[in-house]
Amino acid sequence: MRFRDHVYAGDILALAGRYQAAGADELVFYDIGASPGGGTVDRAWVRRVARLIDIPFCVAGGIRSEADAERVLNAGAEKVSINTPALENPTLIDRLSRRFGAQCVVVGIDSRRTPQGLRAWMRTGDERRACDSGRDVLGWVREAQERGAGEIVLNCMDADGVRDGYDLAQLREVRAQCEVPLVASGGAGCEEHFAQAFACGADGALAAGVFHSGALAIGALKGYLRGRGIEVRP
Amino acid sequence: MSTPAATVIVDTGGANIASLRYALTRLGERSSVSGDAATIESAARVILPGVGAAAPAMARLARLGLVPVLQRLTQPVLGVCLGMQLLFAASEEGPAQCLGLLPESVRALKSAVGRPVPHMGWNCLAGLRPDPLLEGVREGEYVYFVHSYAVACDEHTLAYTEYGQPLAAVVRRGNFWGTQFHPERSAAAGSRVLHNFLRL
Repeated sequence: MRFRDHVYAGDILALAGRYQAAGADELVFYDIGASPGGGTVDRAWVRRVARLIDIPFCVAGGIRSEADAERVLNAGAEKVSINTPALENPTLIDRLSRRFGAQCVVVGIDSRRTPQGLRAWMRTGDERRACDSGRDVLGWVREAQERGAGEIVLNCMDADGVRDGYDLAQLREVRAQCEVPLVASGGAGCEEHFAQAFACGADGALAAGVFHSGALAIGALKGYLRGRGIEVRP
Repeated sequence: MSTPAATVIVDTGGANIASLRYALTRLGERSSVSGDAATIESAARVILPGVGAAAPAMARLARLGLVPVLQRLTQPVLGVCLGMQLLFAASEEGPAQCLGLLPESVRALKSAVGRPVPHMGWNCLAGLRPDPLLEGVREGEYVYFVHSYAVACDEHTLAYTEYGQPLAAVVRRGNFWGTQFHPERSAAAGSRVLHNFLRL
Protein backbone atom coordinates (compact mmCIF):
# COMPACT_ATOMS: atom_id res chain seq x y z
CA MET A 1 0.00 0.00 0.00
CA ARG A 2 1.37 3.40 -0.79
CA PHE A 3 0.62 7.02 -1.28
CA ARG A 4 2.00 9.05 -4.03
CA ASP A 5 2.24 12.63 -4.79
CA HIS A 6 2.32 14.68 -7.91
CA VAL A 7 5.09 17.18 -7.92
CA TYR A 8 4.60 19.63 -10.72
CA ALA A 9 6.59 22.67 -9.81
CA GLY A 10 8.53 24.31 -7.06
CA ASP A 11 11.64 23.05 -5.39
CA ILE A 12 11.57 19.36 -6.26
CA LEU A 13 14.34 18.37 -3.87
CA ALA A 14 12.86 20.20 -0.90
CA LEU A 15 9.44 18.69 -1.56
CA ALA A 16 10.87 15.20 -2.03
CA GLY A 17 12.74 15.44 1.27
CA ARG A 18 9.67 16.79 3.03
CA TYR A 19 7.35 14.04 1.78
CA GLN A 20 9.88 11.34 2.56
CA ALA A 21 10.19 12.62 6.14
CA ALA A 22 6.39 12.79 6.41
CA GLY A 23 6.10 9.07 5.61
CA ALA A 24 5.18 8.99 1.91
CA ASP A 25 5.64 5.44 0.59
CA GLU A 26 6.48 6.40 -2.95
CA LEU A 27 6.90 9.58 -4.95
CA VAL A 28 5.86 10.06 -8.55
CA PHE A 29 7.34 12.86 -10.60
CA TYR A 30 5.28 13.93 -13.57
CA ASP A 31 6.72 16.13 -16.25
CA ILE A 32 3.25 16.87 -17.53
CA GLY A 33 4.36 19.08 -20.37
CA ALA A 34 6.86 16.58 -21.80
CA SER A 35 4.58 14.51 -24.04
CA PRO A 36 2.49 17.22 -25.64
CA GLY A 37 5.63 19.30 -26.14
CA GLY A 38 7.56 16.42 -27.75
CA GLY A 39 10.29 16.59 -25.10
CA THR A 40 11.75 14.01 -22.76
CA VAL A 41 11.97 14.42 -19.05
CA ASP A 42 15.34 15.91 -18.09
CA ARG A 43 17.29 13.42 -16.06
CA ALA A 44 19.61 15.71 -14.11
CA TRP A 45 17.01 16.23 -11.39
CA VAL A 46 16.23 12.48 -11.38
CA ARG A 47 19.80 11.86 -10.25
CA ARG A 48 19.58 14.54 -7.58
CA VAL A 49 16.35 13.06 -6.22
CA ALA A 50 17.83 9.53 -6.25
CA ARG A 51 20.82 10.72 -4.23
CA LEU A 52 18.60 12.32 -1.64
CA ILE A 53 15.73 9.94 -0.90
CA ASP A 54 15.58 6.32 0.27
CA ILE A 55 12.03 5.48 -0.76
CA PRO A 56 10.99 4.36 -4.24
CA PHE A 57 10.13 6.85 -6.93
CA CYS A 58 8.66 6.77 -10.38
CA VAL A 59 9.24 9.16 -13.24
CA ALA A 60 6.71 10.01 -15.93
CA GLY A 61 6.90 12.31 -18.87
CA GLY A 62 7.62 11.83 -22.54
CA ILE A 63 9.41 8.47 -22.24
CA ARG A 64 9.14 7.19 -25.80
CA SER A 65 11.87 4.60 -26.19
CA GLU A 66 13.99 2.06 -24.37
CA ALA A 67 16.85 4.57 -24.45
CA ASP A 68 14.68 7.22 -22.75
CA ALA A 69 13.66 4.73 -20.05
CA GLU A 70 17.20 3.49 -19.57
CA ARG A 71 18.46 7.03 -18.91
CA VAL A 72 15.83 7.59 -16.23
CA LEU A 73 16.30 4.17 -14.59
CA ASN A 74 20.08 4.43 -14.63
CA ALA A 75 19.77 7.83 -12.98
CA GLY A 76 18.16 6.05 -10.03
CA ALA A 77 14.39 5.89 -10.58
CA GLU A 78 12.66 2.58 -9.75
CA LYS A 79 10.00 2.81 -12.41
CA VAL A 80 8.97 4.72 -15.47
CA SER A 81 5.37 5.58 -16.20
CA ILE A 82 4.17 5.89 -19.77
CA ASN A 83 0.86 7.24 -20.96
CA THR A 84 0.56 9.08 -24.30
CA PRO A 85 3.59 7.30 -25.87
CA ALA A 86 2.01 3.93 -25.02
CA LEU A 87 -1.27 4.93 -26.67
CA GLU A 88 0.59 6.15 -29.75
CA ASN A 89 2.76 3.04 -29.90
CA PRO A 90 1.55 0.16 -27.70
CA THR A 91 4.58 -2.04 -28.51
CA LEU A 92 6.59 0.35 -26.33
CA ILE A 93 5.08 -1.48 -23.33
CA ASP A 94 6.33 -4.87 -24.65
CA ARG A 95 9.80 -3.52 -25.35
CA LEU A 96 10.22 -1.81 -21.99
CA SER A 97 8.88 -4.82 -20.11
CA ARG A 98 11.18 -7.25 -21.91
CA ARG A 99 14.19 -5.04 -21.41
CA PHE A 100 13.70 -3.85 -17.82
CA GLY A 101 11.10 -6.20 -16.36
CA ALA A 102 7.39 -5.62 -15.81
CA GLN A 103 8.02 -4.18 -12.35
CA CYS A 104 9.65 -1.10 -13.95
CA VAL A 105 6.81 -0.39 -16.34
CA VAL A 106 3.81 1.61 -15.17
CA VAL A 107 1.07 2.46 -17.62
CA GLY A 108 -0.81 5.60 -16.71
CA ILE A 109 -4.34 5.97 -18.06
CA ASP A 110 -6.21 9.26 -18.16
CA SER A 111 -9.78 8.11 -18.35
CA ARG A 112 -12.87 10.10 -19.11
CA ARG A 113 -16.57 9.25 -19.25
CA THR A 114 -17.87 9.98 -22.77
CA PRO A 115 -21.11 9.15 -24.63
CA GLN A 116 -19.13 6.21 -26.11
CA GLY A 117 -18.21 4.93 -22.64
CA LEU A 118 -14.97 5.10 -20.65
CA ARG A 119 -12.22 6.33 -22.95
CA ALA A 120 -8.46 6.72 -22.53
CA TRP A 121 -7.40 10.27 -23.30
CA MET A 122 -4.00 11.37 -24.55
CA ARG A 123 -1.78 14.48 -24.38
CA THR A 124 -3.75 15.60 -21.35
CA GLY A 125 -0.89 17.81 -20.15
CA ASP A 126 -1.93 20.41 -22.72
CA GLU A 127 -5.62 21.34 -22.82
CA ARG A 128 -5.44 22.44 -26.45
CA ARG A 129 -4.00 19.16 -27.65
CA ALA A 130 -5.74 16.74 -25.29
CA CYS A 131 -7.92 14.28 -27.19
CA ASP A 132 -9.72 10.96 -27.01
CA SER A 133 -7.37 8.16 -28.08
CA GLY A 134 -10.37 6.18 -29.29
CA ARG A 135 -9.50 3.35 -26.91
CA ASP A 136 -11.91 1.90 -24.43
CA VAL A 137 -10.37 2.05 -20.94
CA LEU A 138 -11.19 -1.52 -19.90
CA GLY A 139 -9.83 -2.92 -23.16
CA TRP A 140 -6.71 -0.80 -22.80
CA VAL A 141 -6.18 -2.02 -19.21
CA ARG A 142 -6.30 -5.63 -20.46
CA GLU A 143 -4.03 -4.94 -23.43
CA ALA A 144 -1.48 -3.03 -21.36
CA GLN A 145 -1.20 -5.99 -18.95
CA GLU A 146 -0.89 -8.50 -21.78
CA ARG A 147 1.89 -6.42 -23.23
CA GLY A 148 3.76 -6.43 -19.92
CA ALA A 149 2.68 -3.48 -17.78
CA GLY A 150 3.56 -4.13 -14.15
CA GLU A 151 1.25 -1.52 -12.71
CA ILE A 152 -1.70 0.59 -13.80
CA VAL A 153 -2.30 4.13 -12.55
CA LEU A 154 -5.90 5.04 -13.28
CA ASN A 155 -6.40 8.78 -13.32
CA CYS A 156 -10.10 9.55 -13.52
CA MET A 157 -10.05 12.94 -15.20
CA ASP A 158 -13.64 13.84 -14.43
CA ALA A 159 -12.90 13.51 -10.71
CA ASP A 160 -9.45 15.10 -10.86
CA GLY A 161 -9.09 18.35 -8.97
CA VAL A 162 -12.70 18.29 -7.76
CA ARG A 163 -11.86 16.70 -4.38
CA ASP A 164 -15.19 14.86 -4.27
CA GLY A 165 -13.49 11.50 -3.99
CA TYR A 166 -12.13 8.92 -6.36
CA ASP A 167 -14.47 7.55 -9.04
CA LEU A 168 -15.29 4.38 -7.12
CA ALA A 169 -17.58 2.79 -9.70
CA GLN A 170 -14.88 3.12 -12.31
CA LEU A 171 -12.23 1.88 -9.92
CA ARG A 172 -14.26 -1.29 -9.28
CA GLU A 173 -14.77 -1.87 -13.00
CA VAL A 174 -11.06 -1.51 -13.73
CA ARG A 175 -10.08 -3.60 -10.70
CA ALA A 176 -12.10 -6.50 -12.12
CA GLN A 177 -9.90 -6.38 -15.24
CA CYS A 178 -6.59 -5.67 -13.55
CA GLU A 179 -4.34 -8.37 -12.09
CA VAL A 180 -1.33 -6.12 -11.58
CA PRO A 181 -1.11 -3.43 -8.91
CA LEU A 182 -3.71 -0.71 -9.44
CA VAL A 183 -3.25 2.83 -8.18
CA ALA A 184 -6.20 5.19 -7.89
CA SER A 185 -5.67 8.78 -8.93
CA GLY A 186 -7.87 11.84 -9.20
CA GLY A 187 -10.37 13.24 -6.75
CA ALA A 188 -8.92 12.78 -3.26
CA GLY A 189 -10.21 15.51 -0.98
CA CYS A 190 -10.29 14.00 2.50
CA GLU A 191 -9.12 11.02 4.54
CA GLU A 192 -12.29 9.05 3.93
CA HIS A 193 -11.71 9.12 0.16
CA PHE A 194 -8.50 7.15 0.59
CA ALA A 195 -10.26 4.50 2.67
CA GLN A 196 -12.94 4.24 -0.03
CA ALA A 197 -10.36 3.70 -2.77
CA PHE A 198 -8.73 0.89 -0.80
CA ALA A 199 -12.15 -0.66 -0.09
CA CYS A 200 -12.69 -0.76 -3.86
CA GLY A 201 -9.53 -2.79 -4.27
CA ALA A 202 -6.94 -0.16 -5.13
CA ASP A 203 -3.42 -1.20 -4.10
CA GLY A 204 -2.33 2.40 -3.80
CA ALA A 205 -3.83 5.86 -3.79
CA LEU A 206 -2.20 8.83 -5.42
CA ALA A 207 -2.93 12.42 -4.56
CA ALA A 208 -1.52 15.79 -5.42
CA GLY A 209 -3.41 18.90 -4.44
CA VAL A 210 -4.47 17.81 -0.95
CA PHE A 211 -0.86 17.21 0.05
CA HIS A 212 0.63 20.26 -1.65
CA SER A 213 -1.94 22.59 -0.14
CA GLY A 214 -1.42 21.09 3.30
CA ALA A 215 -5.12 20.13 3.49
CA LEU A 216 -4.03 16.59 4.45
CA ALA A 217 -0.90 15.56 6.33
CA ILE A 218 0.46 12.15 5.38
CA GLY A 219 1.11 11.07 8.98
CA ALA A 220 -2.40 11.93 10.14
CA LEU A 221 -3.92 10.27 7.08
CA LYS A 222 -2.01 7.06 7.78
CA GLY A 223 -3.18 7.13 11.39
CA TYR A 224 -6.77 7.50 10.20
CA LEU A 225 -6.43 4.56 7.79
CA ARG A 226 -4.85 2.38 10.47
CA GLY A 227 -7.82 3.20 12.69
CA ARG A 228 -10.06 1.96 9.88
CA GLY A 229 -8.25 -1.37 9.86
CA ILE A 230 -6.24 -0.69 6.69
CA GLU A 231 -2.63 -1.84 6.86
CA VAL A 232 -0.22 1.03 6.27
CA ARG A 233 3.47 1.50 6.87
CA PRO A 234 3.99 3.70 9.95
CA MET B 1 46.07 5.22 -9.16
CA SER B 2 43.42 5.74 -6.48
CA THR B 3 42.91 3.16 -3.76
CA PRO B 4 40.32 0.59 -4.74
CA ALA B 5 36.88 0.99 -3.16
CA ALA B 6 36.25 -1.44 -0.33
CA THR B 7 32.80 -2.30 -1.62
CA VAL B 8 32.45 -3.40 -5.20
CA ILE B 9 29.06 -3.62 -6.91
CA VAL B 10 29.03 -6.27 -9.63
CA ASP B 11 28.01 -4.77 -12.96
CA THR B 12 25.02 -6.98 -13.69
CA GLY B 13 23.58 -4.35 -16.02
CA GLY B 14 20.60 -3.94 -13.70
CA ALA B 15 18.91 -0.63 -13.29
CA ASN B 16 19.19 -0.31 -9.50
CA ILE B 17 22.95 0.12 -9.48
CA ALA B 18 22.73 3.91 -9.20
CA SER B 19 20.27 3.66 -6.31
CA LEU B 20 22.55 1.25 -4.45
CA ARG B 21 25.57 3.47 -4.92
CA TYR B 22 23.68 6.52 -3.68
CA ALA B 23 22.53 4.57 -0.61
CA LEU B 24 26.13 3.58 0.15
CA THR B 25 27.23 7.19 -0.36
CA ARG B 26 24.60 8.33 2.15
CA LEU B 27 26.28 5.92 4.59
CA GLY B 28 29.67 7.43 3.85
CA GLU B 29 30.91 4.40 1.88
CA ARG B 30 32.86 4.73 -1.35
CA SER B 31 31.91 2.03 -3.83
CA SER B 32 32.77 1.13 -7.38
CA VAL B 33 30.91 -0.77 -10.08
CA SER B 34 32.88 -3.44 -11.87
CA GLY B 35 32.61 -6.45 -14.11
CA ASP B 36 36.30 -7.23 -13.73
CA ALA B 37 37.20 -10.49 -11.97
CA ALA B 38 40.36 -9.22 -10.27
CA THR B 39 38.61 -6.09 -8.93
CA ILE B 40 35.75 -8.16 -7.55
CA GLU B 41 38.05 -10.77 -6.01
CA SER B 42 40.11 -8.13 -4.21
CA ALA B 43 37.12 -6.22 -2.77
CA ALA B 44 36.46 -6.27 0.97
CA ARG B 45 32.75 -6.73 0.23
CA VAL B 46 30.77 -7.49 -2.90
CA ILE B 47 27.20 -6.53 -3.75
CA LEU B 48 25.36 -8.43 -6.46
CA PRO B 49 22.50 -6.17 -7.57
CA GLY B 50 19.91 -6.87 -10.19
CA VAL B 51 16.73 -5.62 -11.67
CA GLY B 52 15.40 -7.39 -14.71
CA ALA B 53 15.30 -11.07 -15.56
CA ALA B 54 17.39 -14.00 -14.31
CA ALA B 55 18.36 -15.50 -17.69
CA PRO B 56 19.90 -12.35 -19.23
CA ALA B 57 21.60 -11.51 -15.92
CA MET B 58 23.21 -14.98 -15.75
CA ALA B 59 24.15 -14.75 -19.43
CA ARG B 60 25.88 -11.45 -18.73
CA LEU B 61 27.78 -12.89 -15.75
CA ALA B 62 28.84 -15.86 -17.91
CA ARG B 63 29.97 -13.55 -20.71
CA LEU B 64 32.11 -11.61 -18.25
CA GLY B 65 33.57 -14.90 -16.96
CA LEU B 66 32.23 -14.09 -13.49
CA VAL B 67 30.27 -17.23 -12.63
CA PRO B 68 33.19 -19.18 -11.10
CA VAL B 69 34.64 -15.96 -9.67
CA LEU B 70 31.45 -15.21 -7.72
CA GLN B 71 31.08 -18.83 -6.61
CA ARG B 72 34.56 -18.80 -5.07
CA LEU B 73 34.29 -15.49 -3.17
CA THR B 74 35.09 -15.72 0.55
CA GLN B 75 34.41 -12.10 1.58
CA PRO B 76 30.90 -10.93 2.54
CA VAL B 77 28.60 -10.91 -0.49
CA LEU B 78 25.12 -9.36 -0.56
CA GLY B 79 22.66 -10.21 -3.32
CA VAL B 80 19.84 -7.71 -3.69
CA CYS B 81 16.47 -8.64 -5.23
CA LEU B 82 17.31 -10.44 -8.48
CA GLY B 83 20.87 -10.54 -7.13
CA MET B 84 19.60 -12.62 -4.19
CA GLN B 85 17.74 -14.94 -6.54
CA LEU B 86 20.91 -15.47 -8.58
CA LEU B 87 22.56 -16.98 -5.49
CA PHE B 88 20.15 -19.94 -5.68
CA ALA B 89 20.34 -23.11 -7.74
CA ALA B 90 17.96 -22.18 -10.52
CA SER B 91 15.13 -19.83 -11.46
CA GLU B 92 11.87 -20.52 -13.27
CA GLU B 93 12.39 -17.12 -14.88
CA GLY B 94 13.88 -18.01 -18.22
CA PRO B 95 14.38 -20.69 -16.93
CA ALA B 96 17.95 -20.16 -15.86
CA GLN B 97 20.65 -22.02 -14.02
CA CYS B 98 21.94 -19.70 -11.32
CA LEU B 99 25.02 -19.64 -9.10
CA GLY B 100 24.00 -22.58 -6.93
CA LEU B 101 25.32 -21.12 -3.67
CA LEU B 102 21.99 -21.85 -1.99
CA PRO B 103 19.99 -24.98 -2.70
CA GLU B 104 16.43 -23.76 -3.28
CA SER B 105 14.91 -22.80 -6.61
CA VAL B 106 13.31 -19.48 -7.48
CA ARG B 107 9.65 -19.77 -8.45
CA ALA B 108 7.09 -17.49 -10.10
CA LEU B 109 4.61 -15.77 -7.79
CA LYS B 110 0.97 -16.54 -8.56
CA SER B 111 -1.44 -13.63 -8.52
CA ALA B 112 -4.66 -13.80 -6.53
CA VAL B 113 -7.42 -11.41 -5.51
CA GLY B 114 -5.80 -8.78 -3.30
CA ARG B 115 -2.33 -10.05 -4.19
CA PRO B 116 -1.34 -8.76 -7.59
CA VAL B 117 1.91 -9.79 -9.29
CA PRO B 118 4.42 -8.20 -9.55
CA HIS B 119 4.46 -7.85 -5.80
CA MET B 120 5.28 -4.16 -5.38
CA GLY B 121 5.14 -2.37 -2.11
CA TRP B 122 5.97 -2.21 1.53
CA ASN B 123 5.70 -5.44 3.50
CA CYS B 124 6.67 -6.50 7.01
CA LEU B 125 9.70 -8.55 7.97
CA ALA B 126 8.82 -11.50 10.18
CA GLY B 127 10.53 -14.43 11.85
CA LEU B 128 13.82 -12.55 12.26
CA ARG B 129 16.72 -14.74 13.33
CA PRO B 130 19.76 -13.27 15.06
CA ASP B 131 22.35 -12.29 12.48
CA PRO B 132 24.85 -9.44 12.20
CA LEU B 133 23.13 -8.29 8.99
CA LEU B 134 19.86 -7.75 10.89
CA GLU B 135 21.36 -6.09 13.97
CA GLY B 136 18.93 -3.37 15.10
CA VAL B 137 16.25 -4.36 12.58
CA ARG B 138 12.97 -5.03 14.36
CA GLU B 139 10.31 -7.67 13.78
CA GLY B 140 7.46 -6.14 11.80
CA GLU B 141 9.49 -3.37 10.16
CA TYR B 142 8.37 -2.48 6.64
CA VAL B 143 10.68 -2.85 3.68
CA TYR B 144 10.11 -2.30 -0.03
CA PHE B 145 9.63 -5.25 -2.39
CA VAL B 146 9.43 -5.33 -6.17
CA HIS B 147 9.43 -8.83 -7.61
CA SER B 148 7.54 -11.42 -9.64
CA TYR B 149 9.65 -14.41 -8.53
CA ALA B 150 10.46 -15.59 -5.03
CA VAL B 151 12.08 -18.28 -2.91
CA ALA B 152 10.31 -20.44 -0.33
CA CYS B 153 11.61 -20.43 3.24
CA ASP B 154 14.16 -22.99 4.37
CA GLU B 155 16.92 -23.29 6.95
CA HIS B 156 18.86 -20.50 5.20
CA THR B 157 16.05 -17.98 5.71
CA LEU B 158 16.88 -15.23 8.22
CA ALA B 159 13.58 -13.36 7.82
CA TYR B 160 10.48 -13.81 5.73
CA THR B 161 7.53 -11.78 4.54
CA GLU B 162 3.92 -12.88 4.02
CA TYR B 163 2.50 -12.47 0.55
CA GLY B 164 -0.11 -15.18 0.30
CA GLN B 165 2.55 -17.48 1.66
CA PRO B 166 5.79 -16.95 3.57
CA LEU B 167 8.55 -15.85 1.18
CA ALA B 168 12.26 -15.60 1.97
CA ALA B 169 13.05 -11.91 2.57
CA VAL B 170 16.60 -12.31 3.94
CA VAL B 171 18.78 -15.37 3.40
CA ARG B 172 22.28 -16.42 4.34
CA ARG B 173 24.62 -19.26 3.70
CA GLY B 174 28.15 -18.71 5.01
CA ASN B 175 29.54 -15.48 3.55
CA PHE B 176 26.64 -15.09 1.11
CA TRP B 177 23.68 -12.97 2.21
CA GLY B 178 20.68 -11.92 0.16
CA THR B 179 17.67 -9.64 0.52
CA GLN B 180 14.61 -10.05 -1.66
CA PHE B 181 13.60 -6.48 -0.80
CA HIS B 182 15.46 -3.35 -1.89
CA PRO B 183 17.42 -2.03 1.10
CA GLU B 184 18.43 1.01 -0.95
CA ARG B 185 14.76 2.06 -1.17
CA SER B 186 13.51 0.79 2.20
CA ALA B 187 13.94 3.95 4.28
CA ALA B 188 15.51 3.54 7.74
CA ALA B 189 15.22 -0.27 7.96
CA GLY B 190 16.95 -0.75 4.63
CA SER B 191 19.64 1.73 5.50
CA ARG B 192 20.27 -0.24 8.70
CA VAL B 193 20.77 -3.47 6.72
CA LEU B 194 23.29 -1.79 4.42
CA HIS B 195 25.03 -0.18 7.40
CA ASN B 196 25.35 -3.64 8.98
CA PHE B 197 26.64 -5.17 5.75
CA LEU B 198 29.40 -2.57 5.57
CA ARG B 199 30.56 -3.72 9.00
CA LEU B 200 30.70 -7.45 8.26
